[in-house]
Amino acid sequence: MSRSRLRARLVPYLLVLPGWLWLVIFFVVPTLVMLSVSTMTGDLGTGFKQTFHWSTYSDGWRLYHVQFVRSIVYGLIATAICLVIAYPVAYWIAFRGGRHKSSLLFLLLLPFFVSFVIRTQSWNFILSDNGMVISRLKDWHWVGQDFHILATPVAVIGGLIYNFLPFTVLPIYVALERVDPALLEASADLYASKTAAFRKVVLPLSMPGVFAAVLLTFVPVTADYVNAAILGGTKTTMIGNVIQTEYFTNLNYPLAAALSFILMGGLLIGVFAYAKSLGTDDVLDMAGA
Amino acid sequence: MTALAGEALEASLNEKPRPAPRTGRRRAGRWLLPAWSWLVILWLCSPIIVMIIFGFNNTKGKFNTNWQGFTLRWYHQLFAIPDLTSALKNSVSIAVIVTLIATAMGTLLGIALGRHRFRGSGSVNLLLFANIAAPEVVLGASLLSLFLTLGVPRGYWTIVIAHVMFSIAYVAVTVRARMAGLDPSLEEAARDLGAGPLTTFGKVTLPMIMPGVMAGALLAFALSIDDYIITSFNNGSTQTFPLWVYGAAQRTGGSVPPQVNVMGTLIFGFGVLLAVLGAVSNRKKV
Repeated sequence: MSRSRLRARLVPYLLVLPGWLWLVIFFVVPTLVMLSVSTMTGDLGTGFKQTFHWSTYSDGWRLYHVQFVRSIVYGLIATAICLVIAYPVAYWIAFRGGRHKSSLLFLLLLPFFVSFVIRTQSWNFILSDNGMVISRLKDWHWVGQDFHILATPVAVIGGLIYNFLPFTVLPIYVALERVDPALLEASADLYASKTAAFRKVVLPLSMPGVFAAVLLTFVPVTADYVNAAILGGTKTTMIGNVIQTEYFTNLNYPLAAALSFILMGGLLIGVFAYAKSLGTDDVLDMAGA
Repeated sequence: MTALAGEALEASLNEKPRPAPRTGRRRAGRWLLPAWSWLVILWLCSPIIVMIIFGFNNTKGKFNTNWQGFTLRWYHQLFAIPDLTSALKNSVSIAVIVTLIATAMGTLLGIALGRHRFRGSGSVNLLLFANIAAPEVVLGASLLSLFLTLGVPRGYWTIVIAHVMFSIAYVAVTVRARMAGLDPSLEEAARDLGAGPLTTFGKVTLPMIMPGVMAGALLAFALSIDDYIITSFNNGSTQTFPLWVYGAAQRTGGSVPPQVNVMGTLIFGFGVLLAVLGAVSNRKKV
């Protein structure tokens, strides 16, 4: 093999190297370190020692399974509602957007130009117990005097839907945008009704986008804790809040690490099982990976 | 937060309009779909509108909760809160550094994965996917575990490290998508005409993937300046804009000083301006 052939074979590895190294050192290695921390015992004063104390995992589940289950339930509800809201919007932009498609898409992405914390904070402000919305409703006697939205699951799930909706719209839009309009004309020529054309042509072709949307919405929603922290109360605590508290308030690093691992393990296994069961390529491709 | 955002952003900035298919009469769909979509867009924008309006509120007390008349005072006193100002400075400078590093590394990754077939490319793709799919709280917590174990003091540079870590994959997949759509025969033609590998890259490859690189960079900047969760695990005592806002809201039970609204408005305006300018300059080139 000539020297230049060898060099050409090395090129992709050299290109990949810096980014790959960064990800290995600051993503893969930390995950392994966290795995190791999760089985340590001790406390911050005397230091943590590796004792392969695996029961931290069962303790973590026993203590916080309520928050785990709640996070998953919130995640499922928010994802389902996001799909119902997002599909018609994506459909409208992809098929009826015409010349304004780019501008409409841009409008959907506008919230990304404002900090996530500020947007969520803004909802806290809009929905606050004596804020502009609730106090009007009370004035009109549409709701009782002790009515409130903040600190309820409605506020938290609403905030989650709000914050992650664009992640549901985009993959569905991308999938719908790839549907060839000629297919619709063909189905019309074959005497398919509008509904039939949608059910038999558009919907199946957009499914990879829907699956990717589920993935991109469900994972961050389930692990989020900012919405629960800003819009929720003590009865809406999610698992992200618990992990954060264990790290920073209780300084129980092993438990926090074990909880993170249960969360990530559960989500990753779920994601890969989901991707495999639907055909990996389609889903991973639509998810942009 | 997702590569798709990058792709869609790129699409929204570069797209050549496709004519809508001609369909016959359509009763409910004619107004129901647009009405629904505009409602959703309005809903998405409503907290932004509230943020902008309350940046002009002539509030007297400490709390910015009731409308008390129009003022430009907060624009004049934008930097009156030193901690907030330094938090904003940190956010902007971190975002710039992160954008440069992550765009460079991510672009190289994207080129390699989009163009070359090599042993191990599957595992690199998987690494990128796992990085994007992993929940933020876990990314932040595991990086904190590393820093705690090694005894690394947390602060400005650990935030930079963390932000680069979660931005690289987004840039890479955005560039990879662009790269995969390119016709390799253009580069072959350049080589046939005697251009060396570097010339080919600089004169042919790079200009063609530039929209992808720019979209990736924009995404990295937006992700970095907006991040709360991962930063909150690795900031030490260094404050960034989102961290400061969150802290202020927690302290006061949900009210933030009007300067926050003004800064949010300015960042918003700047971001929109950049995106629109990018779109206009791309249109001219095409």
